[in-house]
Amino acid sequence: MKDTNPAKPVLLTLRDIHIEGRSEETWSPIIKGVDLTLHKGEVLGLIGESGAGKSTLGLAAMGFTRDGCRISGGTIDFDGIDLRAATEAQRRGLRGKRIAYVAQSAAASFNPAHKLIDQYSEAPVQHGVMSRAEAERDAVELYRRMRLPNPEEIGFRYPHQVSGGQLQRAMTAMAMACRPDLIIFDEPTTALDVTTQIEVLAAIRDIVAQFDTAAIYITHDLAVVAQMADRIKVLLRGDEVEEADTRTMLAAPKEDYTKTLWAVRSYARPVQPPVAKGTTPVVSVRNVTAGYGAADILKDISFDIHKRRTVAVVGESGSGKSTAARVITGLLPPRRGAILFDGAPLPADYRQRSRDQLRQAQMIYQMADTALNPKLRLRELIGRPAQMYLGLNGKALTDRIRDLLHLIELEPDKFIDRLPSELSGGQKQRIGIARALAAEPKFIICDEVTSALDQLVAEGILKLLDRLQSEFDLAYMFITHDLATVRSIADEVVVMQNGKVVEKGPKLEMFEPPHDPYTELLLSSVPEMDPDWLTKLLRERAAKAGKG
Amino acid sequence: MSVIWTMIAKRLGLGVLTLFVISVIIFGATELLPGDLAQNILGQSATPETVAAFRKELGLDLPAYTRYFNWLFGALQGDFGTSLANKRPIADLIATRLGNTLFLALYAAAISVPLSLLLGILAALYRNSIFDRTVNAMALSSISFPEFFVAYILIFVLAQSGLFPSMSRMDATVGFGEALYRTFLPALTLTLVVTAHMMRMTRAAIINLLASPYIEMARLKGMKPMRVILKHALPNALAPIITVVALNLAYLVTGVVVVEVVFVYPGLGQLMVDSVSKRDFPVVQAVALIFAAAYVLLNLTADVLSTLSNPRLIHRK
Repeated sequence: MKDTNPAKPVLLTLRDIHIEGRSEETWSPIIKGVDLTLHKGEVLGLIGESGAGKSTLGLAAMGFTRDGCRISGGTIDFDGIDLRAATEAQRRGLRGKRIAYVAQSAAASFNPAHKLIDQYSEAPVQHGVMSRAEAERDAVELYRRMRLPNPEEIGFRYPHQVSGGQLQRAMTAMAMACRPDLIIFDEPTTALDVTTQIEVLAAIRDIVAQFDTAAIYITHDLAVVAQMADRIKVLLRGDEVEEADTRTMLAAPKEDYTKTLWAVRSYARPVQPPVAKGTTPVVSVRNVTAGYGAADILKDISFDIHKRRTVAVVGESGSGKSTAARVITGLLPPRRGAILFDGAPLPADYRQRSRDQLRQAQMIYQMADTALNPKLRLRELIGRPAQMYLGLNGKALTDRIRDLLHLIELEPDKFIDRLPSELSGGQKQRIGIARALAAEPKFIICDEVTSALDQLVAEGILKLLDRLQSEFDLAYMFITHDLATVRSIADEVVVMQNGKVVEKGPKLEMFEPPHDPYTELLLSSVPEMDPDWLTKLLRERAAKAGKG
Repeated sequence: MSVIWTMIAKRLGLGVLTLFVISVIIFGATELLPGDLAQNILGQSATPETVAAFRKELGLDLPAYTRYFNWLFGALQGDFGTSLANKRPIADLIATRLGNTLFLALYAAAISVPLSLLLGILAALYRNSIFDRTVNAMALSSISFPEFFVAYILIFVLAQSGLFPSMSRMDATVGFGEALYRTFLPALTLTLVVTAHMMRMTRAAIINLLASPYIEMARLKGMKPMRVILKHALPNALAPIITVVALNLAYLVTGVVVVEVVFVYPGLGQLMVDSVSKRDFPVVQAVALIFAAAYVLLNLTADVLSTLSNPRLIHRK
């Protein structure tokens, strides 16, 4: 491709890169001949769905492949060094020193056995860039620039003693330790809450600009990449779709695939008429207080869920959303308050509920991967609840399983005897839905069911849930932290913070001012496609803080 | 740190409780054995009067629970009673034997623990290489043979040629160096028997972690493979390794009967075997209790050390 920014020298060039992954005994292509050019101090956004090869390509820029992968063709030139021809020792000498990496989950990527400062100083000391004492002093400076609280002390904590957003910033500081020329950011904010994400995004953007570091920013979130990148490259199944500078790409994407990515957020469920006064809700949470140990996680929360309605429960991690689900399902008996089902109180403990009461309320989980027994075939996974709750057997059971597979838009003949490992992420989530439906429930709790999925796949799941709701008169409780999802699927919204309901009401009202201050903060923190959004937002917030 | 002390106190309490239960089982089991002790000792020709008198002398006429508590309180004060076979206090009898057994166990542990950790780490570092496969194959074959077989092979190879003695007799006059020399073959036998388990656990625990994101992070920071394993994987793999090491150490104390017999080594195991054949039950009970205590104590230590190896448990939020 042509040199887009001739003013700055080229730092990294990938030419016709091919990467293969090993599955069983054969090598299959992951990256199929991608070119990439990065200038000094420039930020390139790599976007695409999972499986597009973003991380693989990002790691290849460090001359690194994960186990079971290999670079099979092309050249990687980093500042005049041929990374493919270099010895492993030479590449090791660059990693951490001149090219650094920031991983998706800082909580998993910091070693739990060592203090932050030990991990920070490892690269500078081992690469001989500075002494341990210098590294420690420098760390405080970088922690301060990353706006971490207590920069002098935070390094002496273990990773589990630091919050997720702070860890992610500490990891960026760690990547900066040797003042590298290039940092690969691999989905650094995907695991964070929206309000935390903003701080991390702002800190990363500033520090990259201050040190004039080049960066490859990998994400599946278009709005995020719009804030961070100078240029955007779109990948699809290991191939480049197109590349342009950020503003051009946002304003006028050329390729159809890019246009579909941009259009994803437009799905919205039609507005439902308000529920008639006096209707008995399917599920009614009444003044529930619950918690573990001495602490109350939920503090006097109440809300109703009606037939054919979706109530979205939103809030950040730790706000008590999932605990509310555990109380409704009877996994965690509340200290005070009650759960009514069709107007009648449910026993607090699931062990005291009748089989029919259990059947009525089903759950779909966030991680379909871990929620499905990997040793069971779909026939058993979906058949078990139908057998247990409805007493189906033999042909009736098989017919029911086939019906359910039809419902979730999977071809029964092809899928009925597959194992979960033979499915894609979206298909697994569909099986989770079928398993819930198999019990013929009235009410389903969807716990972050789309947050582990790509936008296009998630969209399919949302549409499917929507269709099933009207077909079977289901009531949904939709737990999520993603306000875009709320916008597309909810009828009513319950906003939770620190175990309390701060605001609840019909969706339309929720997205119109005036808001509760916390709802306002949540809403304004959702990244928008406008590349100036983050800058404007930070300026507004600073101005407000100045006034206040 | 108070968390740790509470935990240690709890585990100690549980350990004492376990030992109590074991002591009941040991006592109960010897009670259940058929035959009358006094009759056995005096022989078939003894008159019923002498047997009754002897029973009284031994305290066998008392109810079982009284004898149990007498025995237990004695044991708590280090008094295990007297041997029926030679009338000597059991505590004296055991003291030298226990010293010998611990000496051999420590000797074998001093060789096998560092050796298996080293081999395990190297096997993890060079996993799937020829080295890894060779070490694994050798460790597995040595664990697959019965101990006495390994012992005889070693005697055949190393004692026939006169390099090491095939009998490990010990007495008070043997110096430390001489003791190491005399017990080399039993120690080597035990090493061969326990190394495989610890080495394979070390290797597996480390390899299990190599797919973790923080290991990838360490590699992406440009750290050398050896450093990645020692500094990043090993500290997180300690808990399972410690547990297996403790199990094997306990085995070195309690499971050495066969090896002691083969090498005529005067340890607790041999004493136990002798006492069983002589129906010297007070000695059997005492030795069994010591074996149980060794198991409980080593597992307790392993639990505490595993906890200490996990910063999430000692440095709370």
